[in-house]
Order: sequence, then C-alpha cells, then structure tokens
Amino acid sequence: MSRDTTELSSCLVLAKGSQDLLFSPVFPGFSQKNGICNGTLYKKTFIEHFEQAPMYVAVFTFVGFAVGTIFGYLRDFMRAWGLEKRNIAEEREQQKDFVPLYQDFENFFNRNLYLRIRDNWNRPICSVPGPQFDLMERVTDDYNWTFRFTGRTIKNVINMGSYNYLGFAETDVNALKTVTIELEKYGTGICSTRQEMGTLDKHIELEKLVATFLGVEDAMVFGMGFATNSMNIPALVGKCSLAPAEKLQKIRFMFNIYSLIGAVLYHRGVSVAATLGLILESVDSLVQTFAEAMHVTQEPVIGKQPEPHYPEALTHYMQSLEKLLREAIIYGQPRTHRAWRKIIILVEGIYSMEGSIVRLPEIVSLKNKYKAYLYLDEAHSIGAVGATGRGVIEYFGMSPDDVDVLMGTFTKSFGAAGGYIAGRKDLVDFLRTHSHSAVYATSMCPPVAEQIIRAMKCLMGLDGTTQGLQRVRQLEKNTRYFRRKLHEMGFIIYGNDDSPVVPLLLYMPGKIGAFARRMLEKNIGVVVVGFPATPITESRARFCVSAAHTREMLDTVLNALDELGDFLQLKYSRYSKSSHPELYEEKMLEPED
Amino acid sequence: MDVKRVRDYIHWLYYQYLLVTCSYVLEPWEQSMFHTITVTVVAMVVYTAYVFVPIHVRLALQFFSQIFGAQPDGAAPVGN
Repeated sequence: MSRDTTELSSCLVLAKGSQDLLFSPVFPGFSQKNGICNGTLYKKTFIEHFEQAPMYVAVFTFVGFAVGTIFGYLRDFMRAWGLEKRNIAEEREQQKDFVPLYQDFENFFNRNLYLRIRDNWNRPICSVPGPQFDLMERVTDDYNWTFRFTGRTIKNVINMGSYNYLGFAETDVNALKTVTIELEKYGTGICSTRQEMGTLDKHIELEKLVATFLGVEDAMVFGMGFATNSMNIPALVGKCSLAPAEKLQKIRFMFNIYSLIGAVLYHRGVSVAATLGLILESVDSLVQTFAEAMHVTQEPVIGKQPEPHYPEALTHYMQSLEKLLREAIIYGQPRTHRAWRKIIILVEGIYSMEGSIVRLPEIVSLKNKYKAYLYLDEAHSIGAVGATGRGVIEYFGMSPDDVDVLMGTFTKSFGAAGGYIAGRKDLVDFLRTHSHSAVYATSMCPPVAEQIIRAMKCLMGLDGTTQGLQRVRQLEKNTRYFRRKLHEMGFIIYGNDDSPVVPLLLYMPGKIGAFARRMLEKNIGVVVVGFPATPITESRARFCVSAAHTREMLDTVLNALDELGDFLQLKYSRYSKSSHPELYEEKMLEPED
Repeated sequence: MDVKRVRDYIHWLYYQYLLVTCSYVLEPWEQSMFHTITVTVVAMVVYTAYVFVPIHVRLALQFFSQIFGAQPDGAAPVGN
C-alpha cells in the first residue's frame, strides 16, 4: 500500500504558507485542488501556515542583531580591560594559568544579548499553573545581572505559557480526592529504581491503563519525561543504527561536555531530550536531518550546522526523508559501507516551536516501504489532538500498530510528571531490562501515578462522567477560536490549525523584551522564545491554549494582543482572512472545478 | 489636545525606532552613544546629499542634453 511520495504530494490537499501558494486569489493562506481525493492518506484537510514576513522585517532583524553584537563586543572589551566590573563567573586568581573552566566566547550571546532581556524568563510563580497563576514580583537594579524580590505577588495573571492543554493542573479538592488517598497511603518517596524495589502496584495499574488508552499491547512508565527520551533512545539506538530526525529545529545547546562528540547539533522536531539521547549514543550511530540530505555529501552530520530553509523545505521534507533513507540503505555506514543494522525515524507529534503536526501517514508509508522503524514522541500531542485525546495517531485515523515506538509524557496534558513508552509487548519487555532509566533512575512516585490514572480515566470516560471528552472538545474549540482570531487580526502565526501550540512571530530582537514586559503589565504571562531555540531571524511568542481557559480569558488576551500588535507594529501578515469565518468554512467543502 | 497627540505620536515613533534598531535593550549610556553615532551619520549623509546631489544632477542633465542637443533633427539613434 505504499506509494511514491511525489504521487502523494500531488494528490493531497495540503496547504502551505509558501509564497507561491499564497497568491491564490480565492483563499489567501492555502490552496486547494479539487477537494479531497478519495484514495488519499489524509482523511481531512491538513492546513498549515508558515508565512514569510516582508523583506524589510528580515533586514531590520539583522540590523538589530548587528547593533546588539557591536555593543556586545564593546562591553566585552571594557570588561576585559577592567573599565567595567565583571559579573560573570570566572576562575580564581591562582587558577588563571590552568585550562579555562569557562568558555568566554561561547557565552557571548548569553552575556550580551540574552542577559539584557533575561527578566522575561525564569519568572518564579507561586500558585498552581492553571489558567491563571500568581507571580512573584522581582526587580533588577543592575540590568538583569541580579534580581531581588519585592515581596509582592502579582495575582491572577492569565497563563498563556503552561502546557496545561486539558486543564488537569488544578487544585480542586474533589478532583484530587484519590490522589490525596494515595499520598496518605504511600507517601511521596520511592527510594529505589524499577529494577530493584521501585516497582509498585500503582505502576502496574498505570501501565495497563496507558496500554488500554493507546490501544497497544503494553507500556512502561518513567519518572521523568525528559529522561524517558534521553535514557531510552540509547537503549534502542545502539551501535550501527541510523536515526534520522524530522525537521530542523534549533535547540539550546547547553551541554558543553558533549562538544567533543557533537559540537553544536541543530535539530528541528527532535526535542532536547531526544537529542541528548542521540548524543549519548552517538559514538557509532549517526544522526541526520532530512532537509540536510538534500544538500550535503556523505559526511557524518555531527558537527555540521544545517541551514534551515524553512518554507521551501516543508515541501521537500518527505522527499528528503525518502532520499536519506535510500542513501542510507544503498551506501550503508559512512566509512565501512556496511549495512545499517536498523534505521529509526524520530518524529514528534506536535513540534512545540512551530506548532505544526507531523505528517504521519506519509512517514508511515515511507517507513513501510523502506522497512525502517518509527519512534513517535507525543509529548505535546497526547491528550491535545485527536477526537478523544489519543494523540496524532487518532487525529489521522490510523492504527497504533503503524508506529513501532510510541512515546509520550504526562507532564503536558495530564498535569503530572513522567513519561511512557508503549508498543508491542516484546519492545516493552526489552525496555524493562535494557532501559537506562529502569536501572538507574528512581521510578514515578505514587501520588503522581494516581494523578495520571485519574486524568486518564477521566479522559476515557471510566469515571462515569463525560468530563474528559468535554475537556478535549473545549480545547479544540479554544484552539480554533484563538488561531482564527489571530489570523484575522493580521499576525503571522505558524503551524497547523488544530494544534494548541500557537507561535506568534515577533522577528526583531528588540520586540522580544518589549512584548513580554508589556503583556505582563496587562496581567498576561507569555513565553517568548528567541535564538538559539528558534532560527535567528524568527523569534516568537508561543501561546499554549488550554481547555481551562474561558472565552472571556481568551478575549482579554486577544484584545491585549490587538492593542499591543498595533503599538509594537507586529501585524506583518499580508493576508488577514475575512471576518466571515462561517462563509469560509462552507466554501471549503464545495468541490472546485 | 492636538499638541499632546502630536507629542504622543512622536514618542511612539521614537519607540518604534528604538525597537527596530534594538537599542531598546541597551543601557542608557549605550543608548546615548548609539543615538549620537546614528544622528552624526545621518547628518553627514544629509549634508553630503545637499552638497553633491544638485551638482551631479546638473552634470548628468548636461551630459544627456549634449547627446540629444548635438542631433537637432533626431537622425542619430537614441540611447547607447
């Protein structure tokens, strides 16, 4: 049943924000060809936007970074020559002749650009991160080198940054009844690993529930979501395995110790955890990114910095993945040309920086054709997409047997902590014995496991109410409403129309700080992201819509965004949709001749 | 009221300039330095334009009118 990718691409109703398609006269923002073909892999329309900003925006962004860099050099010069007090970490006098402990140059960006607007990150909160939270107010006297707390709390700040997709991060006593019982029964500490004495009956119950929820044979849960990836990928991807990662996404590379192996590794679509897992295992295995395969020679990718050509690369991702797979199979390992023992494709359900959803049907058909394995990281998409919250597999109407390794975390939609890996029974049995986390990391603590159990039962409807389904529907409604309104206002929003992660593009470095601060003044907490988590010209504010947000809260946020968009001149989109969305929906269903 | 609106508008324009050139994130003394340099450069550009552009335009017009003026009946091909 596998088809050639090029045939697929022509038959699919795919909307992309690439510039040529945006000039379609009827529907700005996407193109449509004869409605949905009957035999395609996509059962409903798949609309993603990645509009490019006008050229002057890119020019000014570079100008902004140039100014920042020049002043950065000036300040570094003054610091080096003693004209200014040094606030950075440095070695003691007696150790100045030793091998340097702190790499000054690598922290240039950190010291000179990030630090100036650092007050917008790491803000301490002092309440549950529900739809609203309380913030501790802090001020800085020396331009963000140090902070001090004034003692005041800013109350009821609307929370647009927490991954609280279904609203399970709540303090309602009734909801947490079972969790309190388990807390009193088991306490909080496990004090052991899974393979020693840390497997409780709660874990078995939870694992069975997760397997039923996802529709697979078995599952295994781990105490930390990040560690699920970083500790299990090395177990699966051993020597002589190839692990292509889907798009390119810049991650914050904070692990200097791995500079020996990998220098800076830029990946899109692979979370930091997965990349760390890959780095740990990168002694003999190879990590490659799809879009790169179009441009590079047969050299190993570790150490290379790929150039992200974002909108054009979208149409090439499946083709570049196919090319990568073909070359891997034909040419084998880099020096010896022996065949790869296995090829695992790592993808994420929702890419949290772009808000786009993975093209699962195409990837599955490719993997079947080339006999590779698929590792799906559903950290953001489990609970958040799909008709009943079962993730991207349900969203595309596929069966969980298509994916070899399903991985997800409980930190996002379930309001708990930890992660799971699910799939066939022999895979999970393998992980129980070979996972690094099972051997060394302590297991999940029982109250947290109970929170996941109650959230999952609520989602599945096993607690006798339809609350779970209501939450999923509410999230869907909120997402569509929020995205539609933002598009109408004229902001550039990336990503799929169904994804609750909404990145709003800011572009210029000066606006990052201004945006976050002004939103906080209006009592709305947002997360802004810049380089190196995103490409250097595309800094953004990332909103996470939650089922717990009421329409009033969303309206408050939208009004504030409208005002701020005009004040800071953020409405770069050339194509704001019409303000008659019903008409727009109707037109989509009519076949065009 | 009108004066206030104009002042607000100018303040808004100044703010946009700060944002676009990323001098919003700089400390006050750095901002002063940046503004001084920018104003100096812009002043020099304006002065140079004021001094040289009219002369160059006049010379260019002279040059082209010579070409066209030399063939009064227009028999020569236009443009090289």
